[in-house]
Amino acid sequence: MDLPTFWFLVIALLWLGYLFLEGFDFGVGMLLPIFGPRRSEHGNTDRRVMINTIGPVWDGNEVWLIVAGGATFAAFPGWYASLFSTAYLPLLLLLLALIGRGVAFEYRGKVDTDRWRRTWDTVIVLASWIAPAMVGLVLSANVFGLPLDANGDRVGGWWTIFTLPSVVGAIAVVTFSMLHGAVFLALKTEGEIRLRARRFALRAGVPLLLPVVALVLLAQFRAGSAWTWIPLVIALVAGLLGVARVAADREGQAFFLQAVALTGVVVTLFGALWPNVIPSTVDPAFSLSISDTAASDYPLMIMTWVAAFGTPAVMIYQGWTYWVFRKRIGTKHIPPVHAP
Amino acid sequence: MDLLDIARWQFGITTVYHFLMVPLTIGLAILVAGMQTAWYRTGNRRYLKMTKFWGKLMLINFAMGVVTGIVQEFQFGMAWSAYSRFVGDVFGAPLAMEGLLAFFVESTFLGLWIFGWDRLSKGVHLACAWAFSLATVLSAYFILAANSWMQHPVGVRMVDGKPELISIWAVLTNSTVLAAFPHTIFGCFAVAGGFLIGIAAWQIARQRKQADKAGELVDEEDRRTWHGSMRLGAWVAVVAFAGLAISGDVQGKLMFDQQPMKMASAEALCHSEAPASFSIFAVGDVRSPNCEDVKSLTVPYILSYLAEGDFTSEVDGVNELIPRYQAEYGTHYPNDPRLGQFAGQPIDYQPLLPVTYWGFRFMIGFGGLAALGGLVVLWLTRKQRFPKGKLWAPLALLGIGAPFVGNISGWVFTEMGRQPFVVAPNPNPSGVDGVFMYTASAVSSGVTPGEMLTSVISLTALYGVLLVVEVFLMIRFARGGFAAVMPPEKEPGESDSDEALSFAY
Repeated sequence: MDLPTFWFLVIALLWLGYLFLEGFDFGVGMLLPIFGPRRSEHGNTDRRVMINTIGPVWDGNEVWLIVAGGATFAAFPGWYASLFSTAYLPLLLLLLALIGRGVAFEYRGKVDTDRWRRTWDTVIVLASWIAPAMVGLVLSANVFGLPLDANGDRVGGWWTIFTLPSVVGAIAVVTFSMLHGAVFLALKTEGEIRLRARRFALRAGVPLLLPVVALVLLAQFRAGSAWTWIPLVIALVAGLLGVARVAADREGQAFFLQAVALTGVVVTLFGALWPNVIPSTVDPAFSLSISDTAASDYPLMIMTWVAAFGTPAVMIYQGWTYWVFRKRIGTKHIPPVHAP
Repeated sequence: MDLLDIARWQFGITTVYHFLMVPLTIGLAILVAGMQTAWYRTGNRRYLKMTKFWGKLMLINFAMGVVTGIVQEFQFGMAWSAYSRFVGDVFGAPLAMEGLLAFFVESTFLGLWIFGWDRLSKGVHLACAWAFSLATVLSAYFILAANSWMQHPVGVRMVDGKPELISIWAVLTNSTVLAAFPHTIFGCFAVAGGFLIGIAAWQIARQRKQADKAGELVDEEDRRTWHGSMRLGAWVAVVAFAGLAISGDVQGKLMFDQQPMKMASAEALCHSEAPASFSIFAVGDVRSPNCEDVKSLTVPYILSYLAEGDFTSEVDGVNELIPRYQAEYGTHYPNDPRLGQFAGQPIDYQPLLPVTYWGFRFMIGFGGLAALGGLVVLWLTRKQRFPKGKLWAPLALLGIGAPFVGNISGWVFTEMGRQPFVVAPNPNPSGVDGVFMYTASAVSSGVTPGEMLTSVISLTALYGVLLVVEVFLMIRFARGGFAAVMPPEKEPGESDSDEALSFAY
């Protein structure tokens, strides 16, 4: 395997890590008002339970996106330049959402009034919908093609990125994240919230998977090869099995099966993309391929060494973080608000 | 306004804003790790109070630095796609390394530090503090290596009109980054030092006022802790300034060599001089082509010293440099439609002199002011003394701003002084000559001005709101003092099992 192909795989892996890890963060944010309704007497404590399941880890999870972006810049400058400038507005919305959301987690508990918390809760919930929608939109537009000219610049206005497959992709990442967040909460909480999360995953599980199924089938019929049926089928089976394992009270297994399903989805999508990095919808001759956009071998080799050392290290210490904070959280663990 | 102007304003606004957060985060993070180390080694509760208090303010600021940093990385591709394509082979690697080797460490261990007070042993928890704070410094190194390459391209050869990386080692040990890195880190400590002084001074004055009003004695432990914080801040500020002066001198000499136009612009030096004198202050329009409208207060010989380390050398002026740049890099922009209104136009090699001239002076002036403040504080607080009078506390509080202004002015100077280039050519090359890019040709060509305007407006608005929120929270927690951040004392009968988390959002 040559270096550019290897880096194509690394970037797929980084997206997989990002979608898996920040996926449940987004899900938790979306589910805040559902599992911790404002009217309920202990709504705030319930919300705090949910937020604290991701409190120590969400920031580290988000770095996967930053590294996916940085690695694309380093390994495929042409891919990075065309994708990021073409998807300008969706990425702007993503940035605004991530900014608001990150600050909201950190600031929400710093003043002890209902109004303050309500404001930040609104930011968290809104941003947790917008961000995965934009990630899904951009990623899926990337796989299905963008209106690129010979120079790799966009033909047409900002709206050209909104196509049927890209909108399906946006919905798919949102619904996947929602289900993923519910299973994560079932795994990480105890008491009432755990029950709510489990009920939600059971009832809504299959409908929430449908847009994901639509997305992979679209990709398969548009650009898939024979072998991409394999990850696609694995994704479907693992997804359904995951919902079934929630019913059997095995949240850990369900969570693992979601990882398998997501891997199947990402492999199908990047398999459909390969050997392009962005197909052009204007003229196939303008499509950007791995070899067109790859950096030269020397920086790729340097980056390979860095990744060979860095990626396992990241997995080890992030894994350790999850181990340190492995205990389930319930309302009794939530200390009283301590703010000036 | 056309696309290029909007894109430049956006980069300026978002970068200056980001750099309001970054130096405070880096400086405070290291100091807090140091405070926690002192607590770990001595068990003295005063150090724990310091760790918790300054740590909390650091976290309020850290969040903002993190979220505004993502914009920086995305922006290259979004707004400067032509630049990204041109430099990608070189510039992407340090950015990716920053993410993989530094930013992951930073955010993961920060999470462990915030939530790990009762889950980790004291030693491991302390190690987490050092891990994330040192990672912020490493982050700075990679980013500065990338920036320094734009000032002084090294480690590349030109292939098909594009730089191709041939030595990452040359990029990471670029003479420019070796000087810029210590300069920037000392700048971070200058900010953190001023911050400690200002808030501790304010707390000391405030406590005294409250105690006087209530007719009680001031809590002696707290008072000593504020006193200690203030002296620490003062030492940090003074040492940081010494470091800034030395590293700045090295940087200046490199710049005379590598980017003569930038240093001529720093002085608004119209004509070459030998020996050259340093202008302290000018009245009039420094843009005037032959300095005919300018009255400048100068110190003889000093500029020669800044440039070459002796008191006689000739320093080139803007008017002598322009023809040299024209001979080397052409008189007109190429007639390329992607250059927009600049296509085929004459190239203006002169940066905006009022910005470079005053930026340079504000950098030095405000940096020096902060150091002077540090010296005064060291004198006033000697031998456990507490300064008297009403004026010094508000002044110290106001002084927090000085190193911030110094930092920002320095960056505005160095980035604006590189114009009209985004990757600056080095006419007297210690780097690779012929590697350069005009800012005008760096901007994304597929993006519309409407999109760019939407982003600059929405980002600026959001940043504005968040700045108000951050300052509001900072003031609230600064006012809350140690009581607001120390964990509540446990009841004697409380058991350890099933107890609440020591910290939760």
